[in-house]
Amino acid sequence: MPKPEDFKLDHVANLARITLTAAEKERFGAQLADVLAYIEQLNEVNVDGIEPTAHAFPVVNVWAEDVPEAGLSVEDALRNAPEKRDNMFVVPRVVD
Amino acid sequence: MAAELYNATIADLSRLMAQGGVSSAELMASVIARTKAVDGRVHAFNSFDEDDAMARARASDKRRAAGSVGPLEGIPIGMKDVISVAGQPLTASSRMLGNFVSPYDSTATVKLRAAGAICWGRLNLDEFAMGSSTENSAFGVTSNPWDLERVPGGSSGGSAASVAAGEAIASLGSDTGGSIRQPAALCNVVGLKPSYGRVSRFGLIAFASSLDQIGPFARSVEDAATVLGAIAGHDPRDSTSVRMDVPDYARGMAELAKSGRKWKLGIPKEYFGEGLDPEVGAAVQAAIDEYRKMGCEIREVSLPHTKYAVGAYYIIATAECSSNLARYDGVRYGHRSKDATDAVDLYFKSRAEGFGPEVKRRIILGTYVLSSGYYDAFYLRAQKVRTLIRRDFLEAYKEVDAIVTPTSPTPAFRKGEKAASPLAMYLNDIYTIGVNLAGLPGISVPCGFTRGGLPIGLQVIGQPFRETELLAVARAYELSNDWRTRHPPL
Repeated sequence: MPKPEDFKLDHVANLARITLTAAEKERFGAQLADVLAYIEQLNEVNVDGIEPTAHAFPVVNVWAEDVPEAGLSVEDALRNAPEKRDNMFVVPRVVD
Repeated sequence: MAAELYNATIADLSRLMAQGGVSSAELMASVIARTKAVDGRVHAFNSFDEDDAMARARASDKRRAAGSVGPLEGIPIGMKDVISVAGQPLTASSRMLGNFVSPYDSTATVKLRAAGAICWGRLNLDEFAMGSSTENSAFGVTSNPWDLERVPGGSSGGSAASVAAGEAIASLGSDTGGSIRQPAALCNVVGLKPSYGRVSRFGLIAFASSLDQIGPFARSVEDAATVLGAIAGHDPRDSTSVRMDVPDYARGMAELAKSGRKWKLGIPKEYFGEGLDPEVGAAVQAAIDEYRKMGCEIREVSLPHTKYAVGAYYIIATAECSSNLARYDGVRYGHRSKDATDAVDLYFKSRAEGFGPEVKRRIILGTYVLSSGYYDAFYLRAQKVRTLIRRDFLEAYKEVDAIVTPTSPTPAFRKGEKAASPLAMYLNDIYTIGVNLAGLPGISVPCGFTRGGLPIGLQVIGQPFRETELLAVARAYELSNDWRTRHPPL
């Protein structure tokens, strides 16, 4: 298992798309180090040959009949939009 | 009784309403008045819509007059603020969703209404259901009705506190690692987490999708059975909901309880070690003695991987949350930063401003354990440990019908006591987390009070999809005492 010191907060916060303040970095760094040190005890467990569990009761290939039904109206879908115009979501410029 | 309609059980109120002794409108008015009188101190609710609730109560009275009476007819049921009710706020107690209004109903909402219930208010929680104290809410802490200086537990703290304080007759919460059972224990109410897949998650804000399950809070095991019967069942809109018939839980439970069956109950030694508060341990031992007196067979069992449950959980749950909460990007709904310079900057700033500290910590931890080069070491290993934890339970069930443990290692703690250390907070869920990892049903039932007057909960853990038996075991204990009939002095 990786060591707690492998954890690079800036890198991971960047992957998670969250800007952290200096105060958050200091606090989270110490707190997450505690948690990662605790998690290290999973290394004690012999998991050779053990299948992973993704769901307690796995169900696969759940099909639904292809029956059309009414979805959300445009009005309802845009109801919580931070910014909208002409039945569309407005976003900041993506390409220059 | 009329003066305290708000403190009555569903069973009693249903009888009373059937006899014409009280109307749903009178009951709703009593609950609203009680909420207004105490919620300034308890803060169980993020919001409530009094006019909507009264209109629906009057509609229920009309249905009743026309001869149509559902199993929850006219009963106000509080809703954790992660379960959508069309037209009502849905905040997850997060600034991220501070202004969000549900465009549609959750399946649980549709089913409650089909049973005649009135969905009542939006109940406070730890932001996005991440926490064990309701202190992580962006909209203020809920107080424990038994001691306002203490937490109600969490994450469904508002759901538990509202039922304890007479602000709802029952409520719905969600349980990912103990978020129904632990606050139920800390507030002297019954809290039931059904088997994974028993209740549809459609319309529940996702935290950790392989663990989340909706379930009821109530004033008796009987009431919890009635609510479960209303909300359970397969739903084509949740592919993980199981295609199994829904038994009549309340009747099946009553029949089993009447049959005087001598249950074989397992006591896992790993749940009675270091960290267990002595008063909690003594109350749980006394409950086990009650079962012994009824003629139940008590056996020690072992769940050897118990000590790894919290570690495995905080890998799996955070991994799933980092994926689920990626949808909050400030584009289509939710908080949008006003300072963003371009599209990617919009993600960074909206998420930084919209999420609180615990949610950020968990997203970051989850992102880390799933990131390139670390997936096998953390996530895959945790999933394998999950297999072992699940096997421990299934092995024990070869010998026993159900497992009996404390729900929480301690009674309600003081506000702020564990706020500085996430790890200390996580360890509060040590007895409840394994149940979610294994997908089992579990229930917390009131089992006494500390000398200081704080509630203690007994957890009964059942076999997969055997909720009827689980409820019967819990009901047998419930009928041996009157803990559940005590109400906090507010």
